[in-house]
Amino acid sequence: MKGKWWKYLCIVLIFYTLIMGLLGKVPRLAIVNEGIRNLYFHVPMWFGMILILLMSVIYSIRYLRSGNMVDDIWAAESTQVGMIMGILGIITGMMWAQYTWGTYWHGDPKQNGAAIGLLIYFAYSILRGAIQDEQQRGRISAVYNIFAYACLIPLLFILPRLTDSMHPGSGGNPGFNTYDLDRNMRLVFYPSIIAWTLLGWWIVSLRARLRIVEEHLQEEKLEETFAD
Amino acid sequence: MKKFLHILLALLLGPFSLFAQSPDQVEMADLMRSNGKIYVVVATIVIVFIGFFIYLIRIDRKVSQIEKDL
Repeated sequence: MKGKWWKYLCIVLIFYTLIMGLLGKVPRLAIVNEGIRNLYFHVPMWFGMILILLMSVIYSIRYLRSGNMVDDIWAAESTQVGMIMGILGIITGMMWAQYTWGTYWHGDPKQNGAAIGLLIYFAYSILRGAIQDEQQRGRISAVYNIFAYACLIPLLFILPRLTDSMHPGSGGNPGFNTYDLDRNMRLVFYPSIIAWTLLGWWIVSLRARLRIVEEHLQEEKLEETFAD
Repeated sequence: MKKFLHILLALLLGPFSLFAQSPDQVEMADLMRSNGKIYVVVATIVIVFIGFFIYLIRIDRKVSQIEKDL
């Protein structure tokens, strides 16, 4: 994304989410009570993760087509931030589960699927760290990244719907049916997804830009040593 | 001199005693104390995020500077 506009949008939407998320009108429901406000903070972590990992897949495909190291850096940094959002999603989910379902780890299909998905991405980091050669690392990790994303989608969105899950949208129902009635919540929920995703992408862009600078400096150093 | 001070204090602080005496509800800036003080929490979170955003913008500027210097 070119320019700064999306960073300003991110700041505005984050504050909108924080203020409206805590003070806005929510339906009075038993068991969840005010916990329903977690919809603005826990769920966007996962949406953000999915979208940022999707960007990572796009960069991986671009890398495989172009062989440009810059694309590899963007793909790798996206998965890093995507994983951080996933970890935050799992921790906040455990918190929410404790006070609505009664245990931190309920063994809910979506919870298990998310944990397996994160492990797949941990393996991606280890794989990258294990290969010394830049081009080999780029190619192997790009291919792995595409397969990892292809595994993540059924783990999070298809398998939990085939069985009974405590999450909304299980047992064949599309997600968020239960909230469809509440317009007030949607007015905060959709902006919150954009807000947290943009915040994640901002961090991705900073990390990637630094890595690219680092790469340039290393190349310069190599050229200097060859010149000597 | 002492008498003058007493009068001055009485004049300055006099109006405050009026509020204490009025028996009915007086409108005050009670927003931050209402709703179980949730607004205080909101203010805290907003301040924390303002701080983090300033930090993030500063890092962003620094990275831009490094890119320019390269």
